[in-house]
Amino acid sequence: MRSPSPSLLGLVGRAALGALVLVAVVGPLLSLGLWSVAERWHWPAPFPQQVGMKYWSRMLQGDPLRALTRGVTIASVTTVLALAMAVPVAYLAARRRLPAGPLALALFILPQAFPQLPVFASATVLFYRWNLAGTVPGVVLIHLVGGLVYAVWTLTAAFRSIGPELEEAAQNLGASTTRTFFRVTLPLAMPGVVASAILVFLHSLDEFNGTLLVGAPYVTTLPVYMYTASLGYELQIASVTALVLMVPGVVLLLLLERFLRAEYLAFFGHL
Amino acid sequence: MEVRVEGLVKRYGRVLALAGVNHVFPSGALTAVVGPSGCGKTTLLRVLAGFVQPEEGRVWMDGRDVTGVPPQARRCALVFQNYALWPHMTVFDNVAFGLRLQRLPASEVERRVREALALVELDRVPGIERRRPKELSGGQQQRVALARALAVRPGLLLLDEPLSNLDAKVRQRVRGEIRTLQRRTGITTVYVTHDQEEALSIADDLVVMDGGRIVQSGRPEEVYAHPEDPFVAEFLGSTNVLNGTVGPDGRILPSSEGRLLFRAEDTALWPAGQSLPPDYAWAPAEVVDCLFLGHVYRAYVRLGDTVVLADTKARVGPGQVVVAVPRDRLLVFSGSEPAARR
Repeated sequence: MRSPSPSLLGLVGRAALGALVLVAVVGPLLSLGLWSVAERWHWPAPFPQQVGMKYWSRMLQGDPLRALTRGVTIASVTTVLALAMAVPVAYLAARRRLPAGPLALALFILPQAFPQLPVFASATVLFYRWNLAGTVPGVVLIHLVGGLVYAVWTLTAAFRSIGPELEEAAQNLGASTTRTFFRVTLPLAMPGVVASAILVFLHSLDEFNGTLLVGAPYVTTLPVYMYTASLGYELQIASVTALVLMVPGVVLLLLLERFLRAEYLAFFGHL
Repeated sequence: MEVRVEGLVKRYGRVLALAGVNHVFPSGALTAVVGPSGCGKTTLLRVLAGFVQPEEGRVWMDGRDVTGVPPQARRCALVFQNYALWPHMTVFDNVAFGLRLQRLPASEVERRVREALALVELDRVPGIERRRPKELSGGQQQRVALARALAVRPGLLLLDEPLSNLDAKVRQRVRGEIRTLQRRTGITTVYVTHDQEEALSIADDLVVMDGGRIVQSGRPEEVYAHPEDPFVAEFLGSTNVLNGTVGPDGRILPSSEGRLLFRAEDTALWPAGQSLPPDYAWAPAEVVDCLFLGHVYRAYVRLGDTVVLADTKARVGPGQVVVAVPRDRLLVFSGSEPAARR
């Protein structure tokens, strides 16, 4: 007896799943792509009546480009600051030398535990008082709130995966604590450092709520620009912005996959 | 370098890892520290390396008190149980690490790295210095770890279970090589292991630890032949333990008053009914089983309610026999508590 050929039901199921994925992922992308090149598109036409690169060329100059470069600058500064703060904290936490260790770690996951909007709103009130509202430093600070969560937890996991005997071996041969850290510990933690840098950078680049509350109207990043564009019914501009914003996201996430190890993620939330 | 420790005490929580350890590690000798896991041997090693500060007691190296001296300044090199080679560095950079810290000129570093690799016989593997630890076999990693420790010409070499991650064949060979290497370099060495055979075969000076204390120390032959303590007797060699005493006629009588310890290789089996020379302790018994171990046969003999082991040159069939142990090979202890004092 031969085994029966794949059942009809299975085939249908697989086809349905494929269709669903197509609709859910490719559909919106396709629509974004269409909108980004639609110079004239009136209902009920199924496709744009006039297609062109007008909005793309507008993207590459003036406000959107400024929003993009400003967003990248803010993300870079946020990443550098987050790492500078997170590396020492994470290292001490990993070696269980952080005063009140688990409690201090919990502090870094707290901002994620509450609804973000109220947190940001109350931060905005404070920022107005400190003259930080509407400034780049203010936006960087608000991005650090979320960015530090990723950085501290990823780095703590990275440092914890490095056996203390690797450091002891260096000290045993005469290396000071500082030299041991820079010659042994940090190079071994590099995948974790890169992974957390990507996470913080992406978080900052795509952050919207806090940026809008603290930065608007003076500091505009791309997500905020996209929001204002779509409010003004400029769906073309919003679509172009969305597609541009996707590029670093996709590229960095592909990179992230190479550096982020399962054990780093498994550690999230473990005190 | 002569190393002396005095009254070392160290607790981990409520566990007493070191309960007053005194010892002199002779200069130029290989001292093996042996004991069951949790006996404090690794803590002792880490105190010598400076990674653990004793709560009480002092450590002296060549007459200098080094108790508070940090590990960096001790001139002792530790070979870790899992080797602790740095995976992001080549073999060369691993071995050169300690030399570069001493700010030696590059040519001198290169010369000393090659010398150290030659010492552990890795110079025969072409191009090995450019490889990373992950690309090496376990035995090769072990040699790199040794070379890294020896390259800095330490005054004291500390080995923490150096063979436990190797398979049995390689272990035998590397054990011999470590012995030869130690003899050739004359570096004072402390070798920690849980394997009594390894310790006996490699040591100039044997230290047996249990429950954070040194139970006995001395030349390996001496400790093996004359255990001062039931624990040592049980731990070294295949040792039979019987609750009993020896009667005036040499017969072993069951009793809770005393404990008799004797090794399998000292235990002879005589045909039942034969009279024994007077310098033997004996008891009638029954052979239960007999296994061929290669170099001897090992008989399992029921004696009262315990089974004792006896090594014989020829296979013995099941049946009644007399177990006989030369009096000078029989260790008699009073009391019947279990040997381990934990």
